[in-house]
Amino acid sequence: MTRTPGTITASSTGVAARATDVWKVYGAGEAQVVALRSVSVELRRGQFTAIMGPSGSGKSTLMHCLAGLDTVTRGEVSIGATKLAGLSDAGLTKLRRDQVGFIFQQFNLLPTLTAEENILLPLSIAGRKPDPAWYDTVIETVGLRERLHHRPSQLSGGQQQRVACARALVSRPEVVFADEPTGNLDSRSGAEVLGFLRHSVRDFGQTIVMVTHDPNAASYADRVIFLADGEVVTELREPTADAVLETMKRIDVLAASRDGDV
Amino acid sequence: MLRATLKSLMSRKLRLVLSGLAVVLGVMFVAGAFVLTDTLGRSFTSLFSTAYANTDVQVAAKSKVATGVGNDQGVASLPGSLVDTVRQVPGVASATGEVQVDGARVIGHNGKVVTTYGAPQFGMNWTGGGFAQLEPGSRAPAADDEIVINAGLAKTADLKIGDQVSVLTLEPKKTFTLVGIFGYSGGRDSLGGEQSVAFTTPVAQQLMLGTPDAYSDVDVRAGPGVSDSALRDRVATAVGGDYQVKTGKQLADDASAGFQKALSFFNYVLLGFAGVALFVGIFLILNTFSIIVAQRVRELALMRSLGASRRQIINSVLLEALVIGTIASVLGLGAGIGVGALLAYLFANLGASGLHLAGIGVPASAVIASFAVGVVITLVAATLPALRAARVAPIAAMREVAATDRPLTRVTVAGSVVTAAGIGVLGVGLAGDGGDATLWAILGGVLVSFIGVALLTPLIGRPVVSVLGRLFAWSVPGQLGRRNSARNPRRTAITAAALMVGLALITGVNVILTSATSSIHNVADTQVSADLVISGEGGNSSIPPTFDKAVLDKTRSTPGVAQVAGFYHDQARVDGKVTGVDAVDDPQALRDMFGLSAKSGTIGTEGSGQLIVDEKQATSLGLHVGSQVPVQLTRGDARTFTVTGIYRDNDVYAGWVLSAADVSGFRSAQPQQAMIKLTPGADVNSVKTAVNGLLADSPGINVADRTEYVDQQTSQFNTILTMIQILLALAILIAVLGIVNTLALSVLERTRELGLLRAIGLRRAQAMRMVTVEAVVISVFGALLGLAVGSGLGAAVVRALRDQGFTVLAFPWSRMALYLVLAAAVGVVAAILPAIRAAKVNVLAAIAYE
Repeated sequence: MTRTPGTITASSTGVAARATDVWKVYGAGEAQVVALRSVSVELRRGQFTAIMGPSGSGKSTLMHCLAGLDTVTRGEVSIGATKLAGLSDAGLTKLRRDQVGFIFQQFNLLPTLTAEENILLPLSIAGRKPDPAWYDTVIETVGLRERLHHRPSQLSGGQQQRVACARALVSRPEVVFADEPTGNLDSRSGAEVLGFLRHSVRDFGQTIVMVTHDPNAASYADRVIFLADGEVVTELREPTADAVLETMKRIDVLAASRDGDV
Repeated sequence: MLRATLKSLMSRKLRLVLSGLAVVLGVMFVAGAFVLTDTLGRSFTSLFSTAYANTDVQVAAKSKVATGVGNDQGVASLPGSLVDTVRQVPGVASATGEVQVDGARVIGHNGKVVTTYGAPQFGMNWTGGGFAQLEPGSRAPAADDEIVINAGLAKTADLKIGDQVSVLTLEPKKTFTLVGIFGYSGGRDSLGGEQSVAFTTPVAQQLMLGTPDAYSDVDVRAGPGVSDSALRDRVATAVGGDYQVKTGKQLADDASAGFQKALSFFNYVLLGFAGVALFVGIFLILNTFSIIVAQRVRELALMRSLGASRRQIINSVLLEALVIGTIASVLGLGAGIGVGALLAYLFANLGASGLHLAGIGVPASAVIASFAVGVVITLVAATLPALRAARVAPIAAMREVAATDRPLTRVTVAGSVVTAAGIGVLGVGLAGDGGDATLWAILGGVLVSFIGVALLTPLIGRPVVSVLGRLFAWSVPGQLGRRNSARNPRRTAITAAALMVGLALITGVNVILTSATSSIHNVADTQVSADLVISGEGGNSSIPPTFDKAVLDKTRSTPGVAQVAGFYHDQARVDGKVTGVDAVDDPQALRDMFGLSAKSGTIGTEGSGQLIVDEKQATSLGLHVGSQVPVQLTRGDARTFTVTGIYRDNDVYAGWVLSAADVSGFRSAQPQQAMIKLTPGADVNSVKTAVNGLLADSPGINVADRTEYVDQQTSQFNTILTMIQILLALAILIAVLGIVNTLALSVLERTRELGLLRAIGLRRAQAMRMVTVEAVVISVFGALLGLAVGSGLGAAVVRALRDQGFTVLAFPWSRMALYLVLAAAVGVVAAILPAIRAAKVNVLAAIAYE
């Protein structure tokens, strides 16, 4: 896990996003809350990474910082070859537009637009045309061809979330961040969405980072990073749902022993 | 429940401010009108009592032609012998014959008449008494070519003792030497902006009354121990019933009562416009409360599921309205007092110099009207949203609230019915069948039509907004904005309808005035063959500008001139009724230039003691050729005239026409107007230049070709239009606030969407553009509605007045286009704050769940 600064450039081609010694502190003095405590993670290109942890562990904060939605107090975050520190709002906006895709728990589709328009929205905002072959592939993969001209209110939750997935993928971003993508779905719709996400990693080489507290969802990932109290506690590769659950159960112990090490 | 309501209210201060602002502005208008008229009223009352302070009793002649319009004083005169009669009355200490008549116009250094802002321009005799006090270095006029003037006039016209001053009176320009300047008690240099020129008595009698040894009134001072009213009665007995005898206090009261009447009319006009502003305010408040209720559905449903009754929900919304209405009324009243005081100050210091303002007072009527209007308007506007809030089902608290797109059928049907009713009432009013209620029928019809159209607006809005949106939707933010504006048709509709009201009224008036102008031009071009017109430039004194009779003959002998008709106007009592009469020096020229044709008798031959009249009046009075008609002119005794001709009705000329041979009975024996017809092929401009030369000694009189003349006559329409636009600006401003309000609340409501858009790469500028497009679509839609409804109203009025000479229906296209462009600009301005708010949305906070 730990890296020496000298290797960053050399291996950057294989890394989609990276956080180095990231601290996130809210408030000051007595009211000070440390959300992230010297977190360093490296997200490899073409990998499906899940971030897990109990409530308040800092997993959402980490994702927001990685995605350029939030600023870090200390440390460095980069997406692809771009360092986020020092970017203006316009620069961050452009970065999000061109290199990042989002999937939210609340779907967050625009009610005034059809499914197709929602999917194409990031490209329209950027003033770009979709690559027709890739667009077809995405539509085919999410299985929404019949529903492209429906409004979000005419779609089920699972369908809405698949629209959101297609929207995140269609611009071929460096990395897609998914925030509890199955949190609002029943298990079957959730399984469909997760299967689709894994599929896009395997077949298209998409990089996906997913925050979740559902061990079953996490088991779809290639790698699970566990956070507790703002620190990376441990990680699992090629996890099973049982292994994730087991780790979650022991997470307080792990956190404590880690604190002891320091 | 009460506490919950108040807390909810306080937690949303923005909502409080926005919905309250409309009421504040409307109430401000109402309170301002009351405070202004009250303050001016008291100021003028004090002015009049100053003016009559030194008068114990005044004897004035009764006018032979009591017009009842304006100031009859000066039209009538009393003989000099009457002064002696009054002097003989026991108890009279002194009796002074006074000449004081409006209509002495001083010509300034620039060769133009020095004007006032509506205040009189008195010509008087210098009696040395009274409250006028000569300034140091001044002396009374002793010779016939000497005058003194009041200090206010001297200041305005920049005149100094020793200057040669030209004055226009009943007679053409005369030049005098200024020998003195006088002020009034209390250091006033003018009484309410009045200008006074004092001559020696014989000159004043000649120039202002046109009669030697005559006076306007006799100023009487009581001897010691004689009360004013006792003296009045004694004098009245002595002079007989032909004269009006009043005490100084009565005169002051009468003058002030007359002024109060004019002021209260002014007040009604202001209140009418305040009413329009408040009417628009209702739309704004209604919309604000509707949006708030929609946003609070979960909160309301929670209250319902916790056991709150429907009544309690209604009361909670109405309570909120009551609080807002009360606070807004207080603020509006305060602002209104400020505005009223400011306007009164401006009036006193810019308009009528020398008006000493009474203290600014707040009449009870202002307070009562402010609260009644502010609170009632807010409550009325909140009723509908309150009822809607009460219909929220408790279950709504448990489920995700979907934006319900309720069908528009009911509101459309209601709108059609209301619109039809409004048009019906308007039709009755315009047909003139309503008698005294005609004006009310028209106003009510317009109001009800507005409400009806507002109800229809959601339906009209769909296609129109869609088309409009396409115009602006060349970019992604534009498309998003367009869709947002089509998202909630009711919200867009009410917001646009508010803008419609003000613009419809402006457009309607515009159409009427434009049609009037076109009609006049049309009639003038097709039915009047005069090529040039000599006339006065209006002027506000009761004696209109005149020119030397000799100009008429000189014009006749100017090369290129075929015919000249010189006109004299005055009021007279004809067949027992006061009416305007014309006298013309060349009846044949009149006949030819206006194309008059005889129904019976002959037209164009009338001489002394004869008159002609139009067919309509002849019929209604039962006159025929040879009828004897009693006529009382301003001067001289009543005479009997013979009808020698009755001319056919036409669009350009009507009324009694006398011969110039009888003009000695007119108030001014000088012509006021002349029509000139040129010989074929004559050059209009060279004749015009020649006639202008003849008029060099007649400032205030000019010569214009036909088009210029009509333009002069219709220029007052522009003044009317400007006034209406200024007064309706507040209604428009409130409508703009409505747009700001709707957008601000929508941005608030769509925070999450904005956050998402920003998260996936929408730039701040793009977010702002999105909001701006929505605002522009709404405002342009409102403007289109206003232009359409206004054109409809205007056209209806013009059609209804077809018989009154509105022969042409014309639309002010360029102005209408200007309004549309302004509306788009207004949309951009209205979007500024909401757009900034939208751009500032914190992406993280917006998309975070809960």
